[in-house]
Amino acid sequence: MFKQKTIGFLEVAGFRWMVPVVRLAYWEEPIEQARQLSNLILLPFAAIVLFLMLWAAGASQVDTSLGELPGPSAVLAAGKSLYAEHKEERAKEVAFYQRQEVRNAKKLERNPDATVKWRNYTGNATFIDQIFTSLKTVFTGFILASVIAIPVGIACGLSPQLNTAVSPIIQILKPVSPLAWLPIVTMIVSAVYVADDPLFAKSFVTSAVTVTLCCMWPTLINTAVGVANIDKDLLNVGRVIRLGWFTRVRKIAIPAALPMIFTGLRISLGIGWMVLIAAEMLAQNPGLGKFVWDEFQNGSSQSLARIMAAVVTIGFIGFVLDWLMLTVQKLISHDDSAA
Amino acid sequence: MTPYVDLSQLSMEFPTPKGPFKALDQVSLKIQKGEFISLIGHSGCGKSTVLNIIAGLYQATEGGVILEGKEVTEPGPERAVVFQNHSLFPWLTAYENIEIAVKQVFKGQKSKAEMRSWVEHNLELVHMSHAANKYPSELSGGMKQRIGIARALAMEPKVLLMDEPFGALDALTRAHLQDSLMEIQSELNNTVVMITHDVDEAVLLSDRIVMMTNGPAATIGEILEIELPRPRERLALASDSQYNAYRADVLRFLHQKHSNPASRSRSSSSDNPGKDDDSISRAA
Repeated sequence: MFKQKTIGFLEVAGFRWMVPVVRLAYWEEPIEQARQLSNLILLPFAAIVLFLMLWAAGASQVDTSLGELPGPSAVLAAGKSLYAEHKEERAKEVAFYQRQEVRNAKKLERNPDATVKWRNYTGNATFIDQIFTSLKTVFTGFILASVIAIPVGIACGLSPQLNTAVSPIIQILKPVSPLAWLPIVTMIVSAVYVADDPLFAKSFVTSAVTVTLCCMWPTLINTAVGVANIDKDLLNVGRVIRLGWFTRVRKIAIPAALPMIFTGLRISLGIGWMVLIAAEMLAQNPGLGKFVWDEFQNGSSQSLARIMAAVVTIGFIGFVLDWLMLTVQKLISHDDSAA
Repeated sequence: MTPYVDLSQLSMEFPTPKGPFKALDQVSLKIQKGEFISLIGHSGCGKSTVLNIIAGLYQATEGGVILEGKEVTEPGPERAVVFQNHSLFPWLTAYENIEIAVKQVFKGQKSKAEMRSWVEHNLELVHMSHAANKYPSELSGGMKQRIGIARALAMEPKVLLMDEPFGALDALTRAHLQDSLMEIQSELNNTVVMITHDVDEAVLLSDRIVMMTNGPAATIGEILEIELPRPRERLALASDSQYNAYRADVLRFLHQKHSNPASRSRSSSSDNPGKDDDSISRAA
């Protein structure tokens, strides 16, 4: 029972390669499991090793103005140093607050009525901080896109007339590159988003809105298609039991289209993450895009290795985001609602 | 005696790019309370159209349906429909699929506890209490259709409409469900209108079989009264001469007087036994 549950969980979560490991632990057809294991783990592992070897061999052949193109080991070292810098910065921050506390405590000891100043630490944003800025930005843009795309998609799915009307607009806006949107968004944000003490930085708003503009389309289109293709009989059941229009949408149309909506959301988040890096470069939002750009402008002998470490990080985070969405998608799909 | 359900001179035209397509022409039928009526005919003869008009899902171009002295203008739970492909909501359990209808239909009439026991009672009626918490994807075709029937019965309909309810099932499962339906029918004595392709099913279940001519402009060809005593036993009837005479009557009507239009002209694309009037209205 426990074994079945574990296997079910691993399959839903996309860790299919772990399944033979579990089976092997129960000594269930060990030879077959070993064969599957070697397929599922050894093949990708071999491909990765081959890729790293080709990279290492190829990189040493290329001489750039910033020195030799870094190989895998140089990139790994750069990644480690980025993490070390993060640790160091955090230690400095802790030390700063400690000093401030001691200083203020002493001041209050001497004169209880003295006004003490509490300052925030203003150190450099580290690579890890930048990762979190990027994640915050992409999710802001993605949620904004979903909030717009899902209702509009439902409306388009319910009304063929509306769908026909807006379809050309969607088709034309959909392929526009984030780099083309960015200047327009920047100007509009500068003009509209004026506050003395803004809650968010302009660069953040610009990047997030650009992500929104580029990533809302798959969700919108999938939602519309999902709602439009609901089994007519399901809607007829709603009419027979006399559900009101709004309840029919809420209790029948949306749940029926949910798997399609989630497929759209997953594609949207993938596009959003890709777009974000470009948007951050131009908008100077302090995330991974800005990190790459700054390192490129910096042009030290370390720069290329650090950029490549960022590339690997970006890829890995994109992979994790996709995996998260895929897992949620599997959980809500009607076909394996048993899970 | 005034009929319980009165279909008077129903005609139905569907608009098509080539002009209106007349699916039904002057269909009139009077149904008494507690009667079990089968509509039988070839694919594309407009059986489903008649059913959908009674359900209120379609509006007849001419004529109308009167139920207990009131004209039918929109769908409603007093004319519950059992659809061919069960039409259960896949994201709800068997229990919840019935509950959604019960909650809506008996809003303000039954308390929460009464609703719960009413849902359970209807699950019991179709022998599906054990599957209350299963999702449709975990149920077999026959079980799904049982839940679909339970959902329709739970609405306490004045007329139960069934659109080829057992058409998608294998022969054994179909027989089981027919027996269950007869058992329920002897208990509740509902007024039922059922569409079927199956001659045995029609003779076994019905009080009257309404045989429809082929479309376009389909109408009622003959009506056959089935005067077999109830309860009816499938095995005993198999060698019953009266039963076989009824069977032969229906077969004669279907195969001699009104043979399948699709078999006469293979080129027509309406040879689709699953969906009848839909395919023909599109093909036309």
